[in-house]
Amino acid sequence: MSQENILTVENLVMHFGGIKALNDVTFNIKRGSVSALIGPNGAGKTTVFNCLTGFYKATGGHIMLSANSKDTSVIKVLGEPFKVTDFISPVAFYQRLKYKMFGGSHLVNRAGLSRTFQNIRLFKEMSVVENLLVAQHMRANRNLLAGIFNTSSYKRSEDEALERAFYWLGVVDLTEFANRLAGELSYGQQRRLEIARAMCTNPEIICLDEPAAGLNPSETEALTKMIRVLRDQHNTTVLLIEHDMGMVMDISDYIVVLDHGEVIAKGNPDDIKNNPKVIAAYLGAEEGEEVTL
Amino acid sequence: MTQTDISYKKSGTDAIIAALMALVVFGPIMGIVLNGYQFKLSFDRVFVIVAIVFVGRFLMSTFFQTHRGKMMAFRYTNNNDGVTVLPPNHKSQMVWIIPLVMVIGLLVPFIASKYVLTIVILGLIYVLLGLGLNIVVGLAGLLDLGFVGFYAIGAYGLALGYNHLGLGFWSMLPIAAILAACAGAILGFPVLRMHGDYLAIVTLGFGEIIRLVLTNWQSFTHGPNGITAPAPTLFGLEFKRRSAHGETFHEFFNVPYDSAHKYMFVYLVLFVVVWAVLFIKHRLVKMPIGRAWEALREDEIACRSLGLNHVLVKLSAFMMGAAIAGIAGVFFATYQGFINPTSFTFFESALILAIVVLGGMGSTVGVVIAAFCLTVLPELLREVAQYRILLFGILMVVMMIWKPRGLVRVTRRGFARKEGVVK
Repeated sequence: MSQENILTVENLVMHFGGIKALNDVTFNIKRGSVSALIGPNGAGKTTVFNCLTGFYKATGGHIMLSANSKDTSVIKVLGEPFKVTDFISPVAFYQRLKYKMFGGSHLVNRAGLSRTFQNIRLFKEMSVVENLLVAQHMRANRNLLAGIFNTSSYKRSEDEALERAFYWLGVVDLTEFANRLAGELSYGQQRRLEIARAMCTNPEIICLDEPAAGLNPSETEALTKMIRVLRDQHNTTVLLIEHDMGMVMDISDYIVVLDHGEVIAKGNPDDIKNNPKVIAAYLGAEEGEEVTL
Repeated sequence: MTQTDISYKKSGTDAIIAALMALVVFGPIMGIVLNGYQFKLSFDRVFVIVAIVFVGRFLMSTFFQTHRGKMMAFRYTNNNDGVTVLPPNHKSQMVWIIPLVMVIGLLVPFIASKYVLTIVILGLIYVLLGLGLNIVVGLAGLLDLGFVGFYAIGAYGLALGYNHLGLGFWSMLPIAAILAACAGAILGFPVLRMHGDYLAIVTLGFGEIIRLVLTNWQSFTHGPNGITAPAPTLFGLEFKRRSAHGETFHEFFNVPYDSAHKYMFVYLVLFVVVWAVLFIKHRLVKMPIGRAWEALREDEIACRSLGLNHVLVKLSAFMMGAAIAGIAGVFFATYQGFINPTSFTFFESALILAIVVLGGMGSTVGVVIAAFCLTVLPELLREVAQYRILLFGILMVVMMIWKPRGLVRVTRRGFARKEGVVK
């Protein structure tokens, strides 16, 4: 288990048929940092996110998540095809079969990585509190009999879940909307609720997919503060995709720049700002001033 | 807004269009009567029905142009959002209704005639089926068109368990529930990775497979000839006129034999089971598993991102629904005393689905009301039995127009504000 890096991505490759969406992407995310993944439209940022969170099964490469005091290979828990060696070792065979049958992106979340979505995915016909209670499913008392007979241990677990839900509602400033339907909230509130919901799963690293999209400047400001709270008070590593450069440069400790499925630059905000390749990727290079990758 | 806003020209056009459509639809059906090898044309009947449509459409169109009509249309179009969140610590004004229904329900077998009692039993069986399917369709959002398969497993479980293994009603009641749940799991595991329409088609196939197996496996199930199912017993006392082994109910209590005793007993047991299922359902929706079902219905991808294993969550809904259908099947078999595969056709699945849609997806009270409506109404409409399906269709169309979210509005529990603590 790596202490320094919470997330290690090595030679990540993702092909959709003939389209090479990601080509040999390698980067590390340091524990306790706020990192950003930026790049022009279609650079493959969301594809990287979907690979990290287990929604896409990467074509090749390694993703190692070091959270909850163990190492989890994101690609392995999604279920890999059988290999010849599996038929010799029953343990390996059993593991492979287990992940093939019951594996999936939910295991990535249980390993300590949580995410939000670019197009908000809330449970729209459930109340705001219920959205947060669903997120605590794995921590709740799920014993059927305990729930049906409303035992004291079940009540305690539900009360704790509610307290945690109201804590996170307080953090994202939605306490007064607790009993509204999630679908009735405004766009900015829905974005905040989604972050609260992701935090309710008690992750060590949270991946935010364009959290500031569609927010006005003051809301973006509030979001920046909130991300700092996540990092400083909850020891959560934050990885975000964002197009708002002001915000990215403001809060990130580390930035990875993607273009055409490849990492073209990595480093702290100042390095990135002055990197000619990044400027070329965003603004286009002038003729004769070709920037070699 | 005044009366002068009404445009009779518009009403007239609407009415003429409707009348023309009625002419096209009813003209051939009602106007041409087959008489031996000849046709007889009876235009008078067509004329009457077209005139009714014309006048009706004209009045409706005019009404919706008046102030009140507009208000009504507005109210209904803006009333479709359905779900509301109750304030925290909400106490329903209707709490008194539960003990009332319980008392009336307990009195029914002692005051109602045997015929009424059998109808009410059938109604309660459909309540069970509706509640079971409501978990699958209403809560978890999985469209299951083969629900009758689990019902058949329960019913045949009792009949076959009795004939082959000598098991009685009481031992088969839990076993049938477990059997049906296992069947649900076996069907569900490979299938639940599908969504929506595909799932509906596969489950439809499953329901038909069960029925075809029951029809064709002559040596085991007696095929279309059917098979007898045992009546329930009260601590070993049978509800028969004479018993080969031991005493019968009427001998033990020294009362004259009455064939209604069996139905009274089935009714009382069923009544208790329905209340138990209602209670469990009431608890389930508040429990983590119920929340997970509803969340899955809302957004499966979000569920996965929150660490919920979507396959197992779906499977649990499927198994829970199937188990309830299995129990309903046992009651159906014991109440009929004889079952054959014709009781488990696709029409039954459609009827159960109609109960859920009519009652409102996820609404318990709605499903209970709808189940009674759809089983008791056909009995009341015995005289017009050939129009039953037509009325059924009209009911569904009207529902979809006026109350697309079901009879009873779905409400969600509110939570009292708490001090937030994180550990």
